[in-house]
Amino acid sequence: MEQPVFIAGLGVISAIGNTVAQNLLSLEQEKTGIAPIQYLDTDHRDEFPVGEVKLSNAELAELSGFKHGISRTAMLSLIAAKEALADTELANLAGLRTGFVSANTVGGMDKTEDFFRDFLDDNTKGRLRNVINHECGAITNLVADQLGIRHYVSTISTACSSSANAIIYGARLIKNNILDVVIAGGTDALTRFTLNGFNTLMILDKQPCQPFDANRRGLNLGEGAGYVVLVSARIASSLKKEIYCTFGSYHNANDAYHQTASSPEGTGSLLAMEGALKKSGLQPADISYINLHGTGTQNNDSSEGTAISKLFAGHSPKMSSTKAFTGHTLGASGGIEAVFSALAVRRGLIYPNLRFETQMDGFPFTPETHFSTQPDVKHVLSNSFGFGGNCSSLIFSKL
Amino acid sequence: MYIRAASNISPQNTFGNQRFLSELAGYTGDGLTCIEPDYKALIDPKIIRRMSRIIKMGVAAGMDCLQQAGVNAPDAIITGTAYGCLEDTNTFLTKMVQQNEEALSPTAFIQSTHNTISAQIALLLQCHQYNNTFVNGGASFENALLDAMMLLYEGEAANVLVGGIDEITTNSHAILKRMGLYRREQVSNFDLLNTPGKGTMAGEGSAFFMLSREASDNDWAKIDGVSSFYKPRNTAEIKQQISIFLQSQNANIHEIDLVITGNNGDLKNDAVYEQLLKYDFANAPVINYKALCGEYPTSSAFATWLAAHEIKAGGCSFVPESDQTSLKKVLIYNHYQNIHHSLILLSAC
Repeated sequence: MEQPVFIAGLGVISAIGNTVAQNLLSLEQEKTGIAPIQYLDTDHRDEFPVGEVKLSNAELAELSGFKHGISRTAMLSLIAAKEALADTELANLAGLRTGFVSANTVGGMDKTEDFFRDFLDDNTKGRLRNVINHECGAITNLVADQLGIRHYVSTISTACSSSANAIIYGARLIKNNILDVVIAGGTDALTRFTLNGFNTLMILDKQPCQPFDANRRGLNLGEGAGYVVLVSARIASSLKKEIYCTFGSYHNANDAYHQTASSPEGTGSLLAMEGALKKSGLQPADISYINLHGTGTQNNDSSEGTAISKLFAGHSPKMSSTKAFTGHTLGASGGIEAVFSALAVRRGLIYPNLRFETQMDGFPFTPETHFSTQPDVKHVLSNSFGFGGNCSSLIFSKL
Repeated sequence: MYIRAASNISPQNTFGNQRFLSELAGYTGDGLTCIEPDYKALIDPKIIRRMSRIIKMGVAAGMDCLQQAGVNAPDAIITGTAYGCLEDTNTFLTKMVQQNEEALSPTAFIQSTHNTISAQIALLLQCHQYNNTFVNGGASFENALLDAMMLLYEGEAANVLVGGIDEITTNSHAILKRMGLYRREQVSNFDLLNTPGKGTMAGEGSAFFMLSREASDNDWAKIDGVSSFYKPRNTAEIKQQISIFLQSQNANIHEIDLVITGNNGDLKNDAVYEQLLKYDFANAPVINYKALCGEYPTSSAFATWLAAHEIKAGGCSFVPESDQTSLKKVLIYNHYQNIHHSLILLSAC
């Protein structure tokens, strides 16, 4: 029989706050984190608004406890992972089979960019310490070492669905009785590499983005980290603190349509959502709220919208994209949105889709426009879709 | 789980029907590079043109593996790659720096994503099933194997395509050499392990496996288990991990017919294996494999291919005649930079 998995701790840092409490307050007050570029050193500074964490690298070093010069990706990760672990209130990790499964897409690219400026002119130049943690896995190792986790350390990278897949993998490691506790989620820092990359695809919005709006223009990039602490039933029952929710239903599917574009029919999104529902044994009407992938691009939102229309025909749940608050945090988005989803289930929260004005043509639903509390948020569906057709959906359920 | 088919693009003649043992490839210098096949037979030439080298190597080995297995609709595609698509990353990064973030083309950025290979295979097959990519340094391939094992065990899949892929590029080689990973002096790959020193030889490869829950008539071997552990504090801890792993597989060290270790000719790297070779593995023939493929984070995929290849052949051609036994159980123990260590146990079907 399948063991249920429980979410016992949360940690997040994003454009709307450095802690879970700060993020929640911004969501409640409908305060966006999208702003002109303040920290990223780029020539496109005045062109694109982004969702930056409102701290300099020096301030992040201070807050995380890392020494100066470590990749921003690792600092964001450590801050959120530490918060999640502390929130779990585990008396002692020793003796527990503990894992750290963290996703990212950029690794230490922020530092590699600096290295490359010198290296390109002369390949004997450039400080090696700026490139030593280039690999995605190296970022996870840096953080695992600070957390004191050695039992199982893993890194996943499936573009924008990366941390949703890290959470699925973490839950399965517990269900298969390989681990007792897993800190799962992901991190990504804003880099020139990703900003310029998305710019070449011409999908960046020069204004604050408007996900799921008929007049949407594109996405705003963001940065941050989000982790949930997954525990087995045995550990959950030993904890004195509140458990947020259960997590056991998920599905990973592939759109198999194009390397960067989603199919107009939303094949992959539909398969991911359908698969997660099937695994849960729930009906579409049982879903209280969908935390959309909702990037704000023409392509994603119409593809995701089409899939939702099909699956939820006749009974659209409440839905919103919190990317209007945080920006699209890429490899961190599934983790950050898992934290928001777990809070939504635990406290009966529905988040607004900021800046929504005009309903998309041909879709029967309208995203939520204001923050509200609801007594009956039983099941929350969270979507994460990425380049390479990677589509994953997670369902968080009330205890 | 059963290895129904395997495909390996490596610095040796391992791909297709080539008999890699009759003609081992020699390299002198500080690295080994893949012998690439004629891709046109495996991938549509129109698509090949857009692909960078690692994507071609990955997709070709993956597609060849599927063809050999006679499976065109796997239930999952899982890859492990520490570095991902380095050349594409390098191209975009270089232009971005040189052109001051202006007038960039999207192709290299699009292909630089770490999941490109598993995504491209899914796209070519129109496979809408489970798709995942691990980027976990020296345990990337092992994590992919564990993911596959869990899917088969959970009943979520019957056939899973798993691959380990990493490439070496001019720039990554230059950087890793400056970090001291490779030999400063010229060395032959056949002498690498007999002349221990500082540094090893660079390597690369793309090895894919079709792993099935049910046995078939042509299985190469079985993978009984995989385990990875992180930064062990000392040899005692490594020994403990090996013993826990073997116990979990209901296997005894004395039942192992062949041990494959990850020695790479670097003194510091190989010191980790020393005690184990002297005591724990003393009763079994021990071979190493990095003289064949060089050192890289997913080289255990090459080792897994080698183990399966030798099991299928019935005996190990790298072991002296006097030590020959039929191979029933083969244990691979590798570590990369003493960070991630891994154990893979294979057995004959």
